[in-house]
Amino acid sequence: MTELSPYEQWQRAYEASSLRDRPFTTMSGIELEPVYGPGDGEFPGQFPYTRGVHAAMYRSRLWTMRMFAGFGTAVDTNKRFKEIIHSGGTGLSTAFDMPTLLGLDSDDPMALGEVGRCGVAIDSLADMRDLFSGIDLSSITTSMTINSPAAVMLALFVAQAEESGVERKLLGGTLQNDILKEYQAQKEFVFPPRQSMRLVRDSMAFTAEQMPRWNSISVSGYHIREAGSTAAEELAFTLANGFAYVELAQEAGLAVDAVAPRLSFFFNAHIDFFEEIAKYRAARRIWAKWMRGHYGAHDERSWQLRFHTQTAGVSLTAQQPEVNIARTAIEALAGVLGGTQSLHTNALDEALALPSQKAARIALRTQQVIAYETNVANVVDPLGGSWFIEELTDEMERQAEEIFGQISDMGAGSMLEGCIKGIEDNWFQGRIAESAYRLERSFNDGQRIVVSVNDFREGNEDEELSILRITNEDEQKQRRRLGEVRQNRDNEKVRTALEVLRLAASDPEVNVMPALIDAAKVYATVGEMMSTMAGVFGRHVEVPFL
Amino acid sequence: MSVRVLVAKVGLDGHDRGIKVVARILRDAGMEVIYTGLFQTPASVAIAAIQEDVDVVGLSLLSGAHLTLAPLVVEEIRQRGSEIPVVVGGIVPANDLAELKTAGVAAVFGPGASADEIVTTITSLVAQSL
Repeated sequence: MTELSPYEQWQRAYEASSLRDRPFTTMSGIELEPVYGPGDGEFPGQFPYTRGVHAAMYRSRLWTMRMFAGFGTAVDTNKRFKEIIHSGGTGLSTAFDMPTLLGLDSDDPMALGEVGRCGVAIDSLADMRDLFSGIDLSSITTSMTINSPAAVMLALFVAQAEESGVERKLLGGTLQNDILKEYQAQKEFVFPPRQSMRLVRDSMAFTAEQMPRWNSISVSGYHIREAGSTAAEELAFTLANGFAYVELAQEAGLAVDAVAPRLSFFFNAHIDFFEEIAKYRAARRIWAKWMRGHYGAHDERSWQLRFHTQTAGVSLTAQQPEVNIARTAIEALAGVLGGTQSLHTNALDEALALPSQKAARIALRTQQVIAYETNVANVVDPLGGSWFIEELTDEMERQAEEIFGQISDMGAGSMLEGCIKGIEDNWFQGRIAESAYRLERSFNDGQRIVVSVNDFREGNEDEELSILRITNEDEQKQRRRLGEVRQNRDNEKVRTALEVLRLAASDPEVNVMPALIDAAKVYATVGEMMSTMAGVFGRHVEVPFL
Repeated sequence: MSVRVLVAKVGLDGHDRGIKVVARILRDAGMEVIYTGLFQTPASVAIAAIQEDVDVVGLSLLSGAHLTLAPLVVEEIRQRGSEIPVVVGGIVPANDLAELKTAGVAAVFGPGASADEIVTTITSLVAQSL
């Protein structure tokens, strides 16, 4: 039997794919091939997946239009979720408020003024139940953007689903659970790095064993970029963190092929169009090579980097905010041409506040224009083979490899140790701050133009948009709800469950997930579970630096 | 004598890109800048500002909690008998400006404020309070 050429292999895979019922032609009727390129070149769905992880990509299935939402109480956010589904959104993504992200209850003194502001306040199982009330969790996937208390939120989610009769093994979705980038960029940390990594290990092991449809970590470059890194730094730091989680799992005795297929990624779509597309292509190629080469993965799903994309919040302007629709459309298009699996488009008013319902709808409509009107989803990796894009992809890979070398050196050959050492030494934080400063200077000295900010300012005085207001009333409402939960639960059961949790946390050989789920079921609060673990793990304080 | 500024993150907001960039811009302009790190309380900011004898306090707030937290910082400073001016930078909708001014906030720098605007405003605030 003669060996099939890359083209013939691709053709077989393509023919085995189910296709959407759409005409794959231009508007004027020209028939389009699913992919273009020389027969002996790389095709989509083939190692190292530069051109995409599937043979047919969007001809089979469009990306998931996963809109990030959350504000006020769980009841408010549940309403917004239903609006998103009603408007054609195909996935949900939960934004939590600052106290929840830091594992504090809404009645904690430090939570003052922050409850429900930046996302939804979740204190206990009661809130989790309201959040997903009336939404069929076995038919729509859910992403939860939370890190330090990720294991706690997973426990609440499982408890809530099981209470409503959905078995844990059927739950599909994603937990962000990427603690390394919290120390590097977003700074919502609670426990010291190594103790946090133990929780990541526990949730990875638990989901690998009991929740086969669940993505245990969404390794996120988004926040690294938003904090000011360059595209190459976003790419390299994110993949290095991904390698660190794989090494963490291996140390815990989990096979790479048991965990790598359940890792997903999350990248920024910034305004530099081609650089972003090259970044996504390089990310797939690097991951595939490292998983097969360095980590010995055999399962091709371990090699395939799947990712979510969000347009760049930092690229939005408060001046002439309607112009943000154009920015977001261009950024979203880069994500699609780069082969993203899911996409969130920012709303035009997000430099001012959380999105209003209308602004959020326009953002979703922007994706729908790209998906259904422009025909860009008809051909896989349409820019592949462009001399410019291929060179930029190679350059992204080169720069990333150089950074991997530096991280590996810090960890004496271990990416896991290198990432932790780089955090403890403020190495990542310093590089990100330096890049942010340089970019800002280039805006300030006029080398780079931001329309409506440092040029083209006519129209900046136009009337303000009507934006979403979160009031202190929402905060009061949430505190009252939490008070009721505390009053109506069996406090003896809570005390016992928290003591079991404390003992589990104290023994590094034990997985804390079962104890967290049991505590969640008897209405222990997020703050109670987190402070119980903090009693064992301690709390992290970043050494301030400028 | 160069102008001394305390830049601070109050509350739970970990977004520190802005505060770090602004701190370096102020240093480039010849000011002395002190940063006490994330997750500060209004009282801890007031105590640090007075102990360090700064000329201005700059708060960075991007989480929407500015109407609650900025007035508390001003109050904590005034309660300790100090008149150090407090300025705010971050995501502040125009509708909130009046309320912040009433609470004693001396200046607000919204998204897109330029380096020049920040440096000039702080310099003139300090000149006024001398």
